[in-house]
Amino acid sequence: MTDIQAQSQTIQAPIYRGFLATIGIEIHVQLNTLSKIFCSDATTFNSGDNENVSPLTAGMPGTLPVLNEKVVEYSVKTGMALNCEIRKKSIFARKNYFYPDLPKGYQISQYEEPICEHGYIYIKLDDKVKKISITRAHMEEDAGKSNHSGEFTLLNYNRAGIPLLEIVSGPDMSSPKEAAEYAKTIRQIVRYLNVCDGNLEEGSLRCDCNVSVRKVGQEKLGTKVELKNINSFRFVEKAIEYEIERQIDLVERNEKIVQETRLYDPDKNRTFSMRTKEDAQDYRYFPDPDLLPVIISESYIEAIRKTLPELPTQRMSRLQADHKLPEYDAAVLTAEKEIADYYDEVAKFCGNYKAASNWIMTDVMREINSDPSKLSGFIITPAMLGELIKMIDSQQISGKIAKQVFAEMLLLKKSPSEIVKEKGLTQITDTGALEKVVDEVLAANQNSVEEYKKGKTKLLGFFVGAIMKATKGQANPDLVNELLKRKLS
Amino acid sequence: MEIEKASLKELSSAIKTKKISCFELANIFLKRIHEVNSILNAYIHVNEDVLNQAKQLDQNNNEKTNSKERLLFGIPLGIKDMLCTKGIPTTAASKILQNFIPPYDATVVKKIKDHGGLLLGKLNLDEFAMGSSNETSYFGVCKNPWDLTRVAGGSSGGSAAAQAAHLAAATIGTDTGGSIRQPAGFCNVVGLKPTYGRVSRFGIVAYASSLDQAGPMTNSVEDAAVMLEVISGQDPLDSTSSEKPVEKFSDNLARDLKGIKIGIIKEFHSDKIDPEVTKTFNLALENAKKLGAEIIEISIPMIEHSIPIYYLIASSEASSNLARYDGVKYGYRSEFKDLSSIDLDKFYSQTRSEGFGDEVKRRIMLGTYCLSSGYFDAYYKKACQVRRLLKNQFDEQFKSCDVILSPVTTSPAFKIGERIDDPLTMYLNDIFTVATNLAGLPGMSLPYGFSKNNLPIGVQLMAAPFQEKKMLDVANALEMTTNASKQMVTLS
Repeated sequence: MTDIQAQSQTIQAPIYRGFLATIGIEIHVQLNTLSKIFCSDATTFNSGDNENVSPLTAGMPGTLPVLNEKVVEYSVKTGMALNCEIRKKSIFARKNYFYPDLPKGYQISQYEEPICEHGYIYIKLDDKVKKISITRAHMEEDAGKSNHSGEFTLLNYNRAGIPLLEIVSGPDMSSPKEAAEYAKTIRQIVRYLNVCDGNLEEGSLRCDCNVSVRKVGQEKLGTKVELKNINSFRFVEKAIEYEIERQIDLVERNEKIVQETRLYDPDKNRTFSMRTKEDAQDYRYFPDPDLLPVIISESYIEAIRKTLPELPTQRMSRLQADHKLPEYDAAVLTAEKEIADYYDEVAKFCGNYKAASNWIMTDVMREINSDPSKLSGFIITPAMLGELIKMIDSQQISGKIAKQVFAEMLLLKKSPSEIVKEKGLTQITDTGALEKVVDEVLAANQNSVEEYKKGKTKLLGFFVGAIMKATKGQANPDLVNELLKRKLS
Repeated sequence: MEIEKASLKELSSAIKTKKISCFELANIFLKRIHEVNSILNAYIHVNEDVLNQAKQLDQNNNEKTNSKERLLFGIPLGIKDMLCTKGIPTTAASKILQNFIPPYDATVVKKIKDHGGLLLGKLNLDEFAMGSSNETSYFGVCKNPWDLTRVAGGSSGGSAAAQAAHLAAATIGTDTGGSIRQPAGFCNVVGLKPTYGRVSRFGIVAYASSLDQAGPMTNSVEDAAVMLEVISGQDPLDSTSSEKPVEKFSDNLARDLKGIKIGIIKEFHSDKIDPEVTKTFNLALENAKKLGAEIIEISIPMIEHSIPIYYLIASSEASSNLARYDGVKYGYRSEFKDLSSIDLDKFYSQTRSEGFGDEVKRRIMLGTYCLSSGYFDAYYKKACQVRRLLKNQFDEQFKSCDVILSPVTTSPAFKIGERIDDPLTMYLNDIFTVATNLAGLPGMSLPYGFSKNNLPIGVQLMAAPFQEKKMLDVANALEMTTNASKQMVTLS
């Protein structure tokens, strides 16, 4: 964090046709607890229709919510990672509205006293850094799903009651790129914390964006429009881009921007009106009498703080400062927690940070198709890769042979030392043995030796190649060079 | 043994020593229900299967199964139809739930079953417990056994009437603003509302969640104590249930009032109280003194606001609690010829307009209004603030007295139809009972006399939170000074 904070360059707000954009984002993060927020129903994504629906989830009379403590733990954890103040006492409130996918006719949420408030995160864009404030983060339950098919609407309440943490940013972003970067950073953080799988397509993370525009020089913010139904970071960017242009067009035509909720249609790349403020609901929030206030002690907060993993920005700084990795490497390696964990283990094993980084960014990434989830079952464990790097560093094998060993490891599922031993791939570092080969190669290429001695020093590479070929690549290249220079002088 | 006069402990002992079988006992009550329920309309669902269940108990009546801890072994009970009963219809006396059969038992019901109790059926009430006369029930009014032209009271009218007419050994009611104590007073039975949090609310159809409590309605103070022992205790399914240990409420109930300080509330003095009610109250006070109690006058100024506060808070919570009855998932759905051409608002409004009765609609509208933006601070929030002050004043006064004694109702049972078109007068009827719910205190109604027309008149005791034992002790001693509860109703 310190490194990032020290960077003073901040991002300039871009100007669009003489206008500035103001963007705030609400992100619904589905917490990956095993059971729902207020009952013991499972939260599995692929269950059969209405399989995870107890009388409580169905909103049957007399059933009462009982808070899942894990939800509090995950929320506090996330709040800390977002640099929030954690409220010692927070309250659940009922948000009342009628919709078939809402079984009780109200959603249990938090209103006046949310669990997390007043935080911030840093986002990074083109080597520049910006601080984005987090207004609040509150716990709530998800609604079910309506599936409209023909004349029927079918309801699936499996999702009803799945815990959500709604993270609300300040209106601090001024471009679609920043907005997307903010959303990506939040995703990265919740994945690092392992409180959410971050899967946008399955709806584990849902972004609502508030967008307004105003003329450069104008103080007052323009009328804001809320964009919903955005299920990828690319669409966050696209939807906001479209919306900024749409709003500027309206202002330029002297038309009024209506305060409303709009849905983004990715196929048409446009937004369309869902409901205007006139149809806005009065949610009649009031404290839920079925639930006691959530009281959080200092010792609870401290206990959770101890479980906080190193966060992406901290980790990136450490890799740059302590491991002397270039910023690019550090960014790639820390983008996903699984990769960063893998890197750290390899680095710990072999001590050669840059080599570990190179191997992971190229060979490992290629083998796992850049999918970090595949690392957990990856044949080449960090210890195996670490050993391989060590063998190069101790000149037991050459870098070229190492690539071959890496491929064999994947195939045979064996450690590099076993493979090197079995295949006899150990590098030849015995001067006597190598000298013999050098002599043979020089003897067989007398013409070239003559030419070299006449000044065609480029031929050195030819000799090296021939020696390598003769030794099946196992000759130590440094030693070969040394011997050649001596013999040819 | 005279079943009508037998206490729960006596019945239990008779069953365990096989002086009477579970079947015989259940059959006596079931027969009586078949004889007189059509007159009273106390039960809205009779569990005919109770005889089979009783037979099964008889087959398993041994030292292992009928241990001392099982306080209700083989004892037949009636349950207000506000509590969910697994496999048995639970309607809250509303059309909107008329076809609802819960797949679960309320914790109170489960506890009764665990103690070996048998369910005779479900008892009538005001729709969603909203009412003071049982007249808002979708299944019709429940009549007062002492005078069939009068109301049994409400909302637990069915529970009170069934108890008074001996259609169960004991019954369960619920009390949100007086719904156990007022009908108990009208029907000459003991009715106890526990401290908020003493009894689990799980499985009780919610009316006003911060006020609702279930409690026993019985022939005697001792029976109420036994029932309270059965149904009390912390429940993992109800976050608001208290971890306070459950005492042996029925052990060693007091027989005198030496050293007891009884508070009487200054603000309850009013010339609007029926003189016969005042006379009965004064008699109780005199007898308490004779038993050694010290009477002190206390002041709870906020109590004057308790009726408006109650209706604001209860209605607000109800407007939210009743939102789930929308015709989508269970319960009543209006008949739509072509669902696909109906918009969602129409679907809801038609279903709910047809499914709810007038009083329920009135309270949903009132509550929705109170919680609306622009009115929330002036109504709901203000009511909650006054409620807090009221509770503080009670807490303060309980430093100087052990229990509070007051009338239960302003008059004996009123005539059916007399007040149904005058909701305000009906609401004012709750003046003596709502404050205990607002402050979360335990309260109970004790039969103490009769009017010239032979209508029962009760008195009310209130105590500090979780002081039910003390309240029952005082009630037990007072009960010995009257023969009111020994008076038997005769149904012609």
